[in-house]
Amino acid sequence: MNKKRPVNLDISTINLPITAYVSILHRVSGVILFGVVALLLWALGTSLSSEEGFDSVKEVFASPLVKLIIWASLAALAYHLVAGVRHLIMDAGIGESLEGGRAGAKIVAVVAVILILLAGVWVW
Amino acid sequence: MVTAVTSFGRSGLYDWLIQRISAVVLALYTLFIVAYLIANPGLTYEQWAGLYDQLWMRIFSLVTLLSIIAHAWIGLWSVLTDYLTYRAIGSKAVVARIVAQVFLGAVAIVYTVWGVEILWGL
Repeated sequence: MNKKRPVNLDISTINLPITAYVSILHRVSGVILFGVVALLLWALGTSLSSEEGFDSVKEVFASPLVKLIIWASLAALAYHLVAGVRHLIMDAGIGESLEGGRAGAKIVAVVAVILILLAGVWVW
Repeated sequence: MVTAVTSFGRSGLYDWLIQRISAVVLALYTLFIVAYLIANPGLTYEQWAGLYDQLWMRIFSLVTLLSIIAHAWIGLWSVLTDYLTYRAIGSKAVVARIVAQVFLGAVAIVYTVWGVEILWGL
């Protein structure tokens, strides 16, 4: 391939539409969640190891800093799940037009914010 | 250009399908665990250990873990091949991508072995 071919897409100079923000956040949340898996495996392994392990996980999860990390992880999970469901709905042929895509992106943003707030209520 | 040699199924259509099937598994497991934790606010160790003592729960958890690995590989492959490119970082792009994907594979193996050890206590 000719590596010197002209490129006319300089993302840094383009005003991104809401669909682009929804898309990039889906990616960012996905990358974060891959790291969160380590936290979840630690919590699962320790909580199942013994009664003491179970109590120690409860204790760790009660600390304010860890609660913040859990909430951030739940936020990434909630967002990624909602944005993923949007993909499945679009795969079914619903909301594929330009207007449909914009409307879907707005719905994802609103539903995700509601779920993230509910997750915060749950954690605290 | 990026070839499909490091993609999960070496075919875009296969990756597309695996990504969706694994997504459905992950969504079901997430909803199940969240519903279980909300339904059992004063969860005890006996209840929790009893849940993971069930064969169906261990299988559901293992399928979920394997879905995470496949889903993350396909997703992170898409991200890496979009950003670690010749245009973005120059001639080191191929080496950078291979290093990143080998690291990704190593983490995937650690997660899998770790998860199997937890679920079956080898």
